[in-house]
Amino acid sequence: MQKTHLELTQVGISFPTEKGPFVALQNVNLHIKKGEFVSLIGHSGCGKSTVLNIVAGLHQATAGGVILNHKEVTEPGPERAVVFQNHSLLPWLTVYQNVELAVKQQSKGKKTKAEIRDWVEHNLALVHMSHALDKRPGEISGGMKQRVGIARALAMQPEVLLMDEPFGALDALTRAHLQDSLMEIQAQLNTTVMMITHDVDEAVLLSDRIVMMTNGPAATIGEILTVDLPRPRHRLQLADDPTYNHYRHQVLSFLYEKQRKVEDLGSKRAEKQQQKTQASA
Amino acid sequence: MKILHHPAFHQWQSQFSSTLFWRKQLKQSLLTFSGLLVFVLCWQLASSQIQTSLGQFPGPTQAAAQWSQLVDEYQAEQQREDAFYQRQLERHAALLAADPQAELPNLPYRARPTFFSQILTSLQTVLTGFVLASLIAIPLGILIGLSSNLYQVFNPLIQLFKPISPLAWLPLVTLIVSSVDLSAAWGSRSFVVSVCTVMLCSLWPTLLNTAVGVSQVPQDLLNVSKVLRLSWWRHLRIIVLPSAVPMIFTGLRLSLGIAWMVLIAAEMLAQNPGLGKFVWDEFQNGSSNSLSRICVAVLVIGLLGFALDRLMLTLQRKVNWDKSAVSR
Ligand SMILES: Nc1ncnc2c1ncn2[C@@H]1O[C@H](COP(=O)(O)OP(=O)(O)OP(=O)(O)O)[C@@H](O)[C@H]1O
Ligand SMILES: [Mg+2]
Repeated sequence: MQKTHLELTQVGISFPTEKGPFVALQNVNLHIKKGEFVSLIGHSGCGKSTVLNIVAGLHQATAGGVILNHKEVTEPGPERAVVFQNHSLLPWLTVYQNVELAVKQQSKGKKTKAEIRDWVEHNLALVHMSHALDKRPGEISGGMKQRVGIARALAMQPEVLLMDEPFGALDALTRAHLQDSLMEIQAQLNTTVMMITHDVDEAVLLSDRIVMMTNGPAATIGEILTVDLPRPRHRLQLADDPTYNHYRHQVLSFLYEKQRKVEDLGSKRAEKQQQKTQASA
Repeated sequence: MKILHHPAFHQWQSQFSSTLFWRKQLKQSLLTFSGLLVFVLCWQLASSQIQTSLGQFPGPTQAAAQWSQLVDEYQAEQQREDAFYQRQLERHAALLAADPQAELPNLPYRARPTFFSQILTSLQTVLTGFVLASLIAIPLGILIGLSSNLYQVFNPLIQLFKPISPLAWLPLVTLIVSSVDLSAAWGSRSFVVSVCTVMLCSLWPTLLNTAVGVSQVPQDLLNVSKVLRLSWWRHLRIIVLPSAVPMIFTGLRLSLGIAWMVLIAAEMLAQNPGLGKFVWDEFQNGSSNSLSRICVAVLVIGLLGFALDRLMLTLQRKVNWDKSAVSR
C-alpha cells in the first residue's frame, strides 16, 4: 500500500427539496490508499449511496471535494466502475450484451472481437452466470441480476471499484463464493475497493478499514475501524478467532448502541405524547 | 424429422394440444361473434323504425346488397378500362400497318372514381401524411425530451396547436397550397392539401408522447450511461430510444387514429378525392340507394381505421424489445 490515492475532504451535499435544502452529508473526510478495501456501514438512509455516488462522479458535492490520483472528481471516469444497489441492467439487452457493452466501451477498439467475447464470458463465468448468457434481465432472479452487475463492473478492470450492497440479494452460499472471488481479484489486481454493506460479518471479513457512518440528516463518519487481520483470510478459520470477534463486536456496538435508530424514533414518539398530554392538561 | 425434437416445437405442440388453450380460443371467438350479432340485430331493429326523407333507413341486408353493387361497379369500370386500352392497341396496330413511321398517340384512360379507388386514395393520403408527420415528430420529440430548455420553448407551442380542429386548418392550408406553384411531382393540389391537413393534426400526439417517453428514462439507466461514458449518439441509441419505444408507439397509434378521422372530414369539406368525398357525394346525390351506400362507407371507414391500428400494433411488436408488454 502506497500513498493516498483517493481523498475525500470535507465532503458535504445538500439536495434541493420542496421544503428547502436537505443536508444529507456533512464533513466527510476519508483518505484511501491504493489497493485498500474500505467498507461503508450505517443505518438505512444515512447517506452511504450518496457518498459512493459522489466518488463515482454521479453527484456533485456541494461542499468540499474528492481527489483521485491528484485530480478532482467531477464526472465518471474510466478508472472507476460501479456496482449499483439495484443492479441497473439494461432490460432490453441480454446478460451477455449488458457486460459486452461495458467491455466495448472500456476497450475502445483496443480489443479484437474474439478477445472481447472471451473477456465477457470469463467475467460472467466468475459470477457463475455462464448458463444464462442469452437471457434478458426480466427473465432472471434478483440475485442473478446482481451477479451480472458485479461481472459488468469487474469486466471494466477499474482501478477503483465502487460497490453498493453488491451481495445483498444473494443466498449465503453464492455470497460466500463471490466474497472469496472478490478478495482474490482484489489481491491480484491491487484494486481499490469501496463497498457499502449492511452485513457486519462481510465488512470484517473483507475490509482493511470499516467506515461507520452516523445517522442522517447531515450524516458524517462516526468511527473508522482498522481491521488488522492477515490476508489471505479464510472464513472458517476466522469464525473462532478472538480478534475477528472483537472487531465484529465493535461494529455491532457502534450500530446498535451508539447509533440506535429504532430507539430514536421511540423516544421521539414518547416526547410527542408527552407534549400532547401537556397540551390537554 | 429434426423439427420434431426442437424444444420450440414441443412447446407449440403442448400449447395447441391442451384443451385449455382451445377452450380459451373458442370462448374468445364466441364472445367476439356475439358482440357482432347483437350489433347487427340492433341495427336491423332500429332501421325499421326510422323513416328519413330518402325513405326507410337501410338495414344490414340493404347495406350488403349495396356492397355487392359497389363491387360490380368497380368491376365494370375495370372492364371499361381494359377495353379502352385494347382499342388503343388495335388503333396503334392499324396506324403502324398504314405507315411504319407513324407517331402513336398514347392516351391515358380517364377512370371514373369508384368506391375502391376512393379507398385507395384515402389510404395513400393518410399514410403519406402520417409518415411525414412522424418523420418530423419523432426526431423533434427526442430533442425536446432530451433538453428541458427546448421543452420549455416548445411546450407552449404544442399546447397551443394541439387542440386546433382540422377544419380550422383547412382553409389556411388550401389558400397556401393554391398560392404555391406545385410541380407535377407533388401530385394533385387536393392531394397536397389533404396530406398537409393530416400532417398538421397528427403531429402532436407523437411529438408529445415521444418527448415524455424520452424524458422519463429511469435515473438508474441514466447513471449507467454516465458511468459507462456512452457518447451522445450511443446514449440515444442504447439507453434512450429503447426505453422510449413504448411511449413513441402510443403516440404513433394516437396520431394514426387522428390522421384517419381528420382525413375523412377534410375530404368531405374540401371535396378532395377519397372516402370522405364518396360519402358527401352520396349524401348530395340523394337517391334511394344513397343511405345504404353511406352505411357501407361508414363501416368500411371503421374497418380500415381498425386495420391501420392493427398495423401499428404489429409494427410495435416487431420493434419493441419486450414482446410481452404489447397486448391490445
Ligand atoms: N436526489 C435526492 N434528492 C433529495 N434527497 C435525496 C436524494 N438522494 C438521496 N436523498 C436523501 O439522502 C439521504 C441518504 O440517501 P442514500 O440513498 O445515500 O441512503 P443509503 O445510506 O444509501 O440508504 P440505504 O442503505 O437504504 O441504501 C436520504 O435521506 C435520502 O432521502
Ligand atoms: Mg443506498
